[in-house]
Amino acid sequence: MIQPAQPELVTVTIDGKEVSVPKGTNVIEAARLVGTDVPHYCYHPKLSIAGNCRMCLIEMGMPMADRATREPIMDPETGKQKIGWIPRPQIGCATNVAPGMHIKTQSPLIKECREGVMEFLLINHPLDCPICDQAGECKLQEQATGYGRGYSRFIEQKNVKPKRTQLGPRVMLDDERCVLCSRCIRFSKEVAKDDVLGFVDRGSYSTLTCYPGKELANNYSLNTVDICPVGALTSTDFRFKMRVWFLKQTNSIDTESSVGANTVVWSREGVIYRITPRRNDEVNDTWMADSGRVLYKEVQAANRLTAISANGATATLEGAIAAAAELAKGGNVAVVGSGRSSVEEQFLTKKLAAAVDGEAFLVGRVGEGDGLLISADRNPNTRGALVTGLIDKLPESDLSALGAEIDAGRVKTIISVGEDLSAAGLSAEQLAKVAIVFIGTHGSDTTAAAKVVIPTLTVFEKNGSFINQQFRLQKFAKAIPGPAGAIDDLVVLDELIAALGGEATDGDLKSVWKSLNAEVSQLANVTYANLPATGLLLDSSAWAGLSFPEGESLHFKPAAAEASA
Amino acid sequence: MSFKTVERKPLTLAERTYIPQILGGMKTTFKHLVKPKETLEYPEARPAILPGYRGVPTLVMDPNGREKCVSCQLCEFVCPPKAIRIKPGEIAAESTNAHVEKAPEEFDIDMLRCIYCGLCQEVCPEEAIWLQNVFSVSGYSRDEMVNNKQRLYELGGTLPDQHFKWDKKKAAEEAGNDAH
Repeated sequence: MIQPAQPELVTVTIDGKEVSVPKGTNVIEAARLVGTDVPHYCYHPKLSIAGNCRMCLIEMGMPMADRATREPIMDPETGKQKIGWIPRPQIGCATNVAPGMHIKTQSPLIKECREGVMEFLLINHPLDCPICDQAGECKLQEQATGYGRGYSRFIEQKNVKPKRTQLGPRVMLDDERCVLCSRCIRFSKEVAKDDVLGFVDRGSYSTLTCYPGKELANNYSLNTVDICPVGALTSTDFRFKMRVWFLKQTNSIDTESSVGANTVVWSREGVIYRITPRRNDEVNDTWMADSGRVLYKEVQAANRLTAISANGATATLEGAIAAAAELAKGGNVAVVGSGRSSVEEQFLTKKLAAAVDGEAFLVGRVGEGDGLLISADRNPNTRGALVTGLIDKLPESDLSALGAEIDAGRVKTIISVGEDLSAAGLSAEQLAKVAIVFIGTHGSDTTAAAKVVIPTLTVFEKNGSFINQQFRLQKFAKAIPGPAGAIDDLVVLDELIAALGGEATDGDLKSVWKSLNAEVSQLANVTYANLPATGLLLDSSAWAGLSFPEGESLHFKPAAAEASA
Repeated sequence: MSFKTVERKPLTLAERTYIPQILGGMKTTFKHLVKPKETLEYPEARPAILPGYRGVPTLVMDPNGREKCVSCQLCEFVCPPKAIRIKPGEIAAESTNAHVEKAPEEFDIDMLRCIYCGLCQEVCPEEAIWLQNVFSVSGYSRDEMVNNKQRLYELGGTLPDQHFKWDKKKAAEEAGNDAH
């Protein structure tokens, strides 16, 4: 969908403040523009309007005109056109602004309405905040504080509903906490296209359930947990692990595929507890796939590398770099870069390949796209390798070309930056024929065969950037410190380049970006620190001829499809 | 500057013999010999602790032996010297208290850090943590000074309150909506 460059603006008055907003905006969004919070539960900016929670009630009125003559009726007291207020409150979410509309969000009537709605919502709510995982990010808590009356008049027995229903493999439902906002139902139907949820029974006995014989098992099920305004839907992975107020939020990028969904990593004292999506209307709206939320487990995986080794013995970084340089100086070196490395690392990988005068390879990972937030290219940063010049054509899905070189005896040493060579198609015999320098995070058959192993950091432990399928440059930040023994990739690459007599930088982001600015035309005017949170779209015309594997997905159309459309 | 010369009076006979002063001192001594004792043979004898005394923080059970803490971690959050560490956990489905869902897996209070401020007791929504009458803790190592969950329950014992909040919740759950 292409937005018109200049959306038609209408002027409305919200609590006495005049504001120009795009036509078709609803009152909640218009009020947000003037900094007024209209409380709501069922409304979600990326879902259809249901209008069933009644929390966003506002008063609205239009300037009055004489029915017969269409003459405006003036108010003699103020000298302005009289406002005809609708005598009943309206819901803000389903009210689109109209020119001249007047809105009250803070009047005594509205205050009373909110108190009333809050009282009804809390009648059957269990108030088990101490054990509820939503506590701290619960709209019901926030709005009970902001708009509730502070005490309960309800002395009768509360309703009893199922407390621990497993809706799917990753989602747990507590029906007593549910406020029947239907966000999860609408999400499953409209975004995930897996219409399995619904309400049964009537009135205060209404209950959220899964269709008999089905379960909420699609790869987007955990988004229902994110959008649940209360603690009804909880993630089985995060359930009872940590209270959210202890967690530090760090902006990151999903590394599952070239979509580059924006994420927030929640950590405490160097331990990551969960990953949730971060809103970016150009990339992933407010969603992300469930599969991307468990990637933090790689940080503490059993095969995580934490010890530097050279020639089978534990070594210092200097020793390992010297040993690697010794191997690489023999000539006949190939460098295997990674589509999972950041732009900065790929740039240094290219420098490394130049320093050893070897060919650079990249391992392609092509899967099936789901048309939403997982694309066919499962490397988060294939475009980065193109932009930095590490590769000039799309990577093959295995390293058979490199295998042929080894068999022909033209490659004696391989420097692998994070890629498992045996998983990428090289046989054990081929690996035995070459000396391997492995710079990466996790152990594998390749590290077992490697002469030099230098442990580095995962995406959660360093700063950097990726370029997604739209050629959007997006940065990720360090959420937790790396384990003892692991060294920043940039430092390792830089030391190695320096040891081989190549063009080294200072081994930090700042100096790498200085070189990137100077040497990569697409990034000439980009500063890392000033990259907007929503990313920066780069000029992709230079690679228009390549046939990328991605199909259509959320906010993305392949260039070929766009041209024909 | 002017000086004033003070005349030092000569001692009287009684003062020179020193006997009245000795007798005065002996009077005080003998008075205390026969008076009831003010001090205690600490640590063998211990003072009576008044109710409401804020000693070592402890965890308590309810009269039915259910651990009251649901590991909401509010005490951990409020603790000014960060003496409390909790690892929350889920109550096993086969437990009689499965309806409470959550209980601490680990609960440590570092008594080297604790300042006995009582904020943990004040903030606890389940009345599970209480500062009780133990006022003196000692140990041979730093590890010994960290009270773990088992030790905290040993110190805490049972609170004779009669709320039975969660038992009522369970009874309502079993009765279902037909009881209305």
